[in-house]
Amino acid sequence: MSVTAFLTDSTLCIGCKACEVACKEWNGIGEDGLDWSGFSYDNTGAVGASTWRHVKFVEHAPEPGFGGNAPELNSWAFSSDVCKHCEEAGCLEACPTGAIVRTEFGGVYVQPDICNGCGYCVVACPFGVVDKNRDDGRAFKCTFCYDRQKVGLVPACAKACPTESIKFGEIESLRGKARERMIELHGRGMKDATFYDASDSSVRGTHAMFIVRGDPRSYNLPPKPEVPTIYLKKGWTSSAIGAGLLLAGSLLAFLFENGRDGR
Amino acid sequence: MSVPSRLAPGRRTPDLDSEQKLVEIRREAERRGEVKSAGIRPAGSPFPIASPDTGYYGIPLLKKPAWTWEIPLYFFVGGAAGAAAVVGAIADYTGADRRLVRDARWIAAAGAVISPALLIADLGRPSRFLNMLRVFKLRSPMSMGAWTLVGFVSGASATAFAQFMQDRYGPLLPLRVIENAGQAVSLAFGLPFSNYTGVLIGATAIPVWNESINELPIHFGMSGLSSAVGMLELMGHRKSRALQWLGFGAAIFECMEELRIETHRLACLDPLRKGGSGAVVRVGGVLSGPVSLGLRVLSFLSRGEQARDLRKWAAMSAIAGSLITRFGWLHAGDVSAQDWREPLRIPHASE
Ligand code: SF4
Ligand code: SF4
Repeated sequence: MSVTAFLTDSTLCIGCKACEVACKEWNGIGEDGLDWSGFSYDNTGAVGASTWRHVKFVEHAPEPGFGGNAPELNSWAFSSDVCKHCEEAGCLEACPTGAIVRTEFGGVYVQPDICNGCGYCVVACPFGVVDKNRDDGRAFKCTFCYDRQKVGLVPACAKACPTESIKFGEIESLRGKARERMIELHGRGMKDATFYDASDSSVRGTHAMFIVRGDPRSYNLPPKPEVPTIYLKKGWTSSAIGAGLLLAGSLLAFLFENGRDGR
Repeated sequence: MSVPSRLAPGRRTPDLDSEQKLVEIRREAERRGEVKSAGIRPAGSPFPIASPDTGYYGIPLLKKPAWTWEIPLYFFVGGAAGAAAVVGAIADYTGADRRLVRDARWIAAAGAVISPALLIADLGRPSRFLNMLRVFKLRSPMSMGAWTLVGFVSGASATAFAQFMQDRYGPLLPLRVIENAGQAVSLAFGLPFSNYTGVLIGATAIPVWNESINELPIHFGMSGLSSAVGMLELMGHRKSRALQWLGFGAAIFECMEELRIETHRLACLDPLRKGGSGAVVRVGGVLSGPVSLGLRVLSFLSRGEQARDLRKWAAMSAIAGSLITRFGWLHAGDVSAQDWREPLRIPHASE
């Protein structure tokens, strides 16, 4: 039993979506509907209640050498997105029922038998991951294959990935692998390879780390995610001021009225 | 073996030329934002390109709040009930008109019945409402809110119950004890109950709410006070000077808040001022701020029946404003969540 993580290396991803399918199969998640997005070949858009792994198709303006395409064609990068399993997880902090817990593997897990579908985690996630399933009523997201990890299996997505773009393992050794890979990529001339794990933010790092090419923002990875709990102090201070105003105002108003009536 | 249709004679297979045409079309789309050539305008064109300036095709990064109309209504009812409990308790302690104290208690008690009903109705699994009371989490405003609600409901309903029994059977000692204890409890819980919803939505990842966390709780608290005062006035307390002053104070505060919203310079607060959500917020702000303030000033300057009429209108304006304000803020949150630029820290085009 060790603290585990994903390392998703988009430079190896071929966009086959095997991870999406494996995830759906293992977890028995329903389909998302067959709608065309109308742009790019990505017709799913984002992770959500019924998509726990999602392959992003990031299309770049023609740039010689980017992605190894002919110079005049747009180039592609693929990256399999997932719940980040934050070290400071907004969803976990916000959940009023205690449905969301940290597992012994370091992942963030929504217990489906506890969640009452209040929807507060949805607005507390700085990565827009967890979502409420309208039909079912409860909130859903990647479970980090808690059931598989419990019996020593690798998460379904990592198992299915044919290029080992999704690596799974003990977190520290994966960090080491990521460092090595970054040196290798930079050495090969891929100067724009970037490592993303949000460890320099209030999220304090993620259990789903990424290597992407170029600016992480074009993968919808926020440059400075914030766990909303850092705003609690401000919020409750303001609430206390509001309560003080209400109390003092009422006291003044009624005492003053009495005073005037008394005269 | 039949020939696959895509290779059927006479049909063109993709080759370098057709690829070249595609590239040209895309370049045109990129350059001009639209493609003029007829017959090749599939839905969604021009094809956006993912880049640090456009995020991931401009697909929202955040999820839209999953809440429906019950939640803003709950914010309104809870705010008014919490403030009414505070006003009622203070009125009682300072020895104000008994009828006013009584009516304030009824408002609080009504809120204590309606609030949990609304909250439960919005849950995806209403039968699991009690799971909210499994844990006590200081770091979750929703958990704190659930416990505040429980405290408030017990206090406000106990007070109202004791009140009702005493009206029927006279002032018995046990009832007096329940009444006083209940009132103290509903005062203690009414204070946070009137404004915690501001913390609830402020401490989230939704930009427009999060950016306003310093103002939201006070704003919602004052909005709750103005609607509580308005309800008491509509119940006939249109001569109470204390209520008039409280109404004045709340309306002045709401004017300031409206001014802050209208004059801000931050793009992430745009949903409060622009578009459909902006319109709703503005209507709410104007009704609870300037309109109710103006009507109160007029009623202050006039006499007798006319003064009371004007106060009635001020009260209705404040109540409507307070209700619309909550719907506006919730709607602004939906709009804000769709704005992919904010979480990606990409400047808006207008900046
Ligand atoms: S990415 Fe969102 S859903 Fe996943 S652990 Fe972090 S806060 Fe929770
Ligand atoms: S929707 Fe479920 S998991 Fe999310 S905060 Fe509410 S109870 Fe917790």
